[in-house]
Amino acid sequence: MKRRKADLQQAPVTFAKGVDERFQASTPLRALLNKVFPDHWSFLLGEIALFSFIILLLTGVFLTLFYDPSMTETAYEGAYPALRGTEMSQAYASSLHLSFEVRGGLFMRQMHHWAALLFMASIVVHMMRVFFTGAYRKPRETNWVIGMALFLLGFLAGFTGYSLPDDGLSGTGLRIASAIMLSIPVVGTWVSASIFGGEFPGHLIMGRFYIAHVLLIPGGLLALISVHLGLVFKQKHTQWPGPMRTNTNVVGERMFPRYALKQGGFFMAVFGTVALLAGLFQINPIWLFGPYRASEVSSASQPDWYVMFMDGLVRLTPNWQIYIGDYSIPPLFWPAVVGLGFLTTAPMAWPWLEARKTGDKRIHNLLERPRDNPERVGIGSMAVTFFMVATISGANDVIADKFHISLNAMTWAGRIGLIVLPPLAYFIAVRVCLGLQQHDREVLAHGVETGIIRRLPNGQFVEVHQPLGPVDDHGHPIPLEYGGWVVPKKMNRVGALAPAVKGFFYPVEKPSEAPVSPGMPPISGDSREEITSGRK
Amino acid sequence: MTTLHHDAPDAPEPVDVHDPRLTRFDIVKEGLRRDEIELVTYESQFQGTNSKAEKRVVRNISFLFILAGLAALAFLGFYIWWPWRFQLGHTMGDYFTPLLGITLAISLFAVGFAILSWAKKLLPHEVSIQARHDGMPPTDEQKITGQTMVFVGEELGQGVQRRPLLKGAIGFGLAPIGLVAAAPLIGGLIENPHKADQPDLFTTGFSPVKNGGSVVRLTRDDGTPIRPEDVSTGGQMTVFPGVPHGATNEYADSPTLLIHLRSDDAEETRRNAEADRRNRGSMWGDYVAYSKICTHAGCPASLYEQQTNRLLCPCHQSQFLITRNAQPIFGPATRRLPMLPLGVDEEGYFVATSDFKDTVGPDFWERP
Repeated sequence: MKRRKADLQQAPVTFAKGVDERFQASTPLRALLNKVFPDHWSFLLGEIALFSFIILLLTGVFLTLFYDPSMTETAYEGAYPALRGTEMSQAYASSLHLSFEVRGGLFMRQMHHWAALLFMASIVVHMMRVFFTGAYRKPRETNWVIGMALFLLGFLAGFTGYSLPDDGLSGTGLRIASAIMLSIPVVGTWVSASIFGGEFPGHLIMGRFYIAHVLLIPGGLLALISVHLGLVFKQKHTQWPGPMRTNTNVVGERMFPRYALKQGGFFMAVFGTVALLAGLFQINPIWLFGPYRASEVSSASQPDWYVMFMDGLVRLTPNWQIYIGDYSIPPLFWPAVVGLGFLTTAPMAWPWLEARKTGDKRIHNLLERPRDNPERVGIGSMAVTFFMVATISGANDVIADKFHISLNAMTWAGRIGLIVLPPLAYFIAVRVCLGLQQHDREVLAHGVETGIIRRLPNGQFVEVHQPLGPVDDHGHPIPLEYGGWVVPKKMNRVGALAPAVKGFFYPVEKPSEAPVSPGMPPISGDSREEITSGRK
Repeated sequence: MTTLHHDAPDAPEPVDVHDPRLTRFDIVKEGLRRDEIELVTYESQFQGTNSKAEKRVVRNISFLFILAGLAALAFLGFYIWWPWRFQLGHTMGDYFTPLLGITLAISLFAVGFAILSWAKKLLPHEVSIQARHDGMPPTDEQKITGQTMVFVGEELGQGVQRRPLLKGAIGFGLAPIGLVAAAPLIGGLIENPHKADQPDLFTTGFSPVKNGGSVVRLTRDDGTPIRPEDVSTGGQMTVFPGVPHGATNEYADSPTLLIHLRSDDAEETRRNAEADRRNRGSMWGDYVAYSKICTHAGCPASLYEQQTNRLLCPCHQSQFLITRNAQPIFGPATRRLPMLPLGVDEEGYFVATSDFKDTVGPDFWERP
């Protein structure tokens, strides 16, 4: 008996040995297990995008089992009474079938859509984190470019995806897409005719969008995400400055056991959030929009949020048409083709532009706090403000309606805001950064404000400051050098707060004794005096 | 508690991992040394073994895992037994999707938080430092690789340079193969938008060509024709060409708005239309018909404001003044909505006496 047990214990070892003899995996596997990752909440934004993408793949596969990308007209005979007998495309009918007659189908559809919104949102927020902390600097420029490409691909994935149900709202979006193609000078009509297989809408577009949405674009996303993560792995993640942290090391936790476990938990939390959104918050109720009819549209026709900036730019562009002899360039061309192309590709050059301007060719593995580079923050704020004005303008009819503002006034506010607000944002952001810098340096020079006011013999009141470092002979703090990281600004941050006691109703364990300063013995209960107004 | 960090850590000595006296952790640390990792702190978060605090954390994590299982079972229960088929009115089925969402979310959150607290509260606290190596790639390696590449290039290049026949043959052989790869994609997809005698871009369903040469009636979306008295004064109606499938998306550029103007507005509209070369004679009585397809991006410009006689496109807020030949007066549209020449046939139904005289729909490069 005993011998057999020993053999069983030995089995995994033998197996692992066998694997390693064939694949020589032990050294790279050990390096993987041991790899150190820096930890900060802001490094998890990109993870949300990755996890949303996994959810998109999982739910998307489910949806393909029921969706039919056909534009053949059929009379609806399904479970939703309001549309029974209505002529509609197979694509729309199968989307309704998926929503009403597949058990849990609506839940899956809503999970897919919510995950898509979260995917794009986390890409944008992650991109802002990377920009404002300077994480794109050498050697990580390539990943910045890939990130921009991922946004553009995600944009296309989203657009092709919400066009697939062929409902009233998405059909209108498709009509606008066709108009955007038509607006391209010289080849516009050819592009539109080629993509739609003739005049809009034709019979091919759903099949083409379908294969783009489920194969071509996800394939591209998958490839780019793999390279993106591979580079993060190879180049090792950036880290914030701080104690022990240098440009040539990574301070954090090893991949196993802690880091990977935390990632797994975070994935579950993201997945749970998407499930909650999908269960409780209706998204894209296609049965309310009806089938697409070229003659019908409802007011408040908004695209998904990440397309709204483009729609907003289209709304704000004045009707400036350029005539060249018998030919013309419609105003739609500028915001929708040039604008989208420029806004998603020009920022790719930013890392090199900045390096060229500053003449900085060094390798940067330490992040910069936004306040330490006011100019970058200013430019980023300009971009964010531009994006926000454009996005809000994409819903200017809804805002005008809900707040009883003139629609035309909203359009003009957007036009002016698009030009005036970004420089203003630049100015404010730079001033805020400089102010924060100033305050950090003030604390480093004079210490933390204690809130204790002392009256000097001459009657003057001064606030006592707690020096953060050594003091000179007069008791004045010796100014400290700024380390690029958080400076404590409150006494609680330098240990003035009593240690927290764990436990909800009663302490779980006795708090460890607080260190006693020899100069200030703790006041015992008896000798403590009640503070009164002084009047009896 | 915390191990102090030394600025210049003594590099640990390599150890013989086959030494039987070594503990497992010693071997792990040897691995860390080889991966240039310094384990600064790796210690339990609890004082002593089996402390009250540790038991409490273990209890919480176990509770979370059990909760996850219960919520998952609840999800399955609701999924299987809850009525889910859609019915009109407020029914139990309305709560199917929310119940799935809530139970799944509770389950996933519980698993997530269980794993997170396991990692953050139960596992030893850790600070590790690993060296990076992206600073300076060895220059000799760069040189070797670079020279190798140049060498390979020269081998191939000179070979081609010295043998002109090979050069020509390669060029002649490879270029067509590249074209062959591209040809089916481009050739298959490309469509000539101008191929028909009456190109679709410039023709709508109201063209007599679509109706065997005779004029096309205006119809409702169910295909029934319209008499003038069907549209009350100040009223409007979306009309479609009275040809087979005229109201479907096959004629996506044909939907038209038929408006019965009040007489004073009709007077002004007629005056402006008569002054215009293209719209002259297109009205019929107090009736006017404009294409519903916005000249900006092709949405139906369908919000008719009777008070101001404006048509508003809800997509990008272009506004057209009906009384002035549907001239755009606000928003991104440049071009007015084309007017459909109206008439009434011998049976008293509205007809289009010809197709639109302007191109319908969004603008493009070669629009005449």
